[in-house]
Amino acid sequence: MTSKLIKLDEITKKYGYLEALKKVSFYLERGEFLAIFGPNGAGKSTLLKILSSQTRPTSGNIYFDGVKLADLPSDFRGNFGVISHQPFLYENLSAEANLRFYGKIYGLKDISKKIDDILKKVELFERKTDYVRTFSRGMLQRLSIARSLLHDPDIILLDEPYTGLDQHASYILSNILKEQFENSKTIIMVTHNLNRGYDLASKIAIMKKGEIVFFDDKVNVPEYEFEDIYLAKVS
Amino acid sequence: MKKYFITVYNIVEKDLLLELKSKEVVVSMLLFSLLVVIVFSFIFEPGAEYKNDLVGGILWMAFIFSGVLGLNKSMLNETTGGNLNALLLAPVDRSAVFFGKVVSNFFFLAVMEAITIPIFMIFYNINIFGHSVLSAVVILMGTYGFSVLGTLFSLISVKTKTREVMLPLLLLPLIIPIILAGIQCLNIYIKNGDITESYKWLKLIGVFDVIFTAVIFAIFDYIVEE
Repeated sequence: MTSKLIKLDEITKKYGYLEALKKVSFYLERGEFLAIFGPNGAGKSTLLKILSSQTRPTSGNIYFDGVKLADLPSDFRGNFGVISHQPFLYENLSAEANLRFYGKIYGLKDISKKIDDILKKVELFERKTDYVRTFSRGMLQRLSIARSLLHDPDIILLDEPYTGLDQHASYILSNILKEQFENSKTIIMVTHNLNRGYDLASKIAIMKKGEIVFFDDKVNVPEYEFEDIYLAKVS
Repeated sequence: MKKYFITVYNIVEKDLLLELKSKEVVVSMLLFSLLVVIVFSFIFEPGAEYKNDLVGGILWMAFIFSGVLGLNKSMLNETTGGNLNALLLAPVDRSAVFFGKVVSNFFFLAVMEAITIPIFMIFYNINIFGHSVLSAVVILMGTYGFSVLGTLFSLISVKTKTREVMLPLLLLPLIIPIILAGIQCLNIYIKNGDITESYKWLKLIGVFDVIFTAVIFAIFDYIVEE
């Protein structure tokens, strides 16, 4: 039996006269991996912001497990792990101090062990006492991944997570995402990278000018046709 | 409620740790406040009687302008790297995040004031606590009100390109009641006036503090969501 974990019902978001999202509707079941593609300004990041309750939709509703997002308590946000363009890290604190702070904010128990485990996973354990300001872009992004997964969220939202990553960091991120997907985490990833997005996802969406113009299971979209479909939809 | 205060504590603890590492907020505020105190000390002739009518205003001016500088720096720590967004994504009451920042800013301002006041008293040859310890009360109450509104407006202005100008433009008109009442109280205490005269000003600051604390507590969620 499957359940609709996330359901968007005609989500519209306006910034003044600009409609960033136009009646976006879809649903995801638990354990699905949705990759959202689209050109710049398509509304992908706005959609993630609304899903993570960073901003409210102008109209429409979002449901998690059948409950309106607006009716859920603040504790519910603990189900989200968000990886963004920004690292969400304090430059003047060490990697460990950053993770410890977020661990406390999320009310985690046994924080030290969790920090060590996640830092080993992103291959930054040796740098755990170093200031974040000394980290390269790739290391920052890996630490950002560690921060977002420290509390073992059920729903992972990623906004262009591969931007600025070197091959090694990209490889680590892909492996982590595959592992999370295998562990039945629900993942929504916004990306411009068609190949990586297609490889990882179980569902594919294409957005253009605030609308979902394509939404299907990956099994229905042959890899060799995907780029053509994408270009046809966004052009 | 316990979780609420734990969140406030965690934010304050993190801010103190950041400040211990960088020393950016308190040091910059302190340098500016001492500069104001020292520069204005040159306008008085030695032994001038009219000095007592003005020193309260100079002290508050030092606090307010250096405080604006500190608030900007304090909030920059949260917006650089998008940390504020991360805090707003956390499973905690968002107003707890705000009041954590208020407590941190209040503490940094209090440290700056605790160092500035003795130097101020030496330069102006005056003891602001000589006639009433209520001077300390009015300074702390005024500092709290300044922290509450200052933290709110620094949160709003720090995302703008002209944040150094925007924060005082937004904040200073609204904290006029605190500045006015704070100066009036200090003038009464410094000149050994009728202390009961100061109670109405103290009440004004108290009401200001309570109203803005309550209003921001109630609407903070709406303020931070775009």
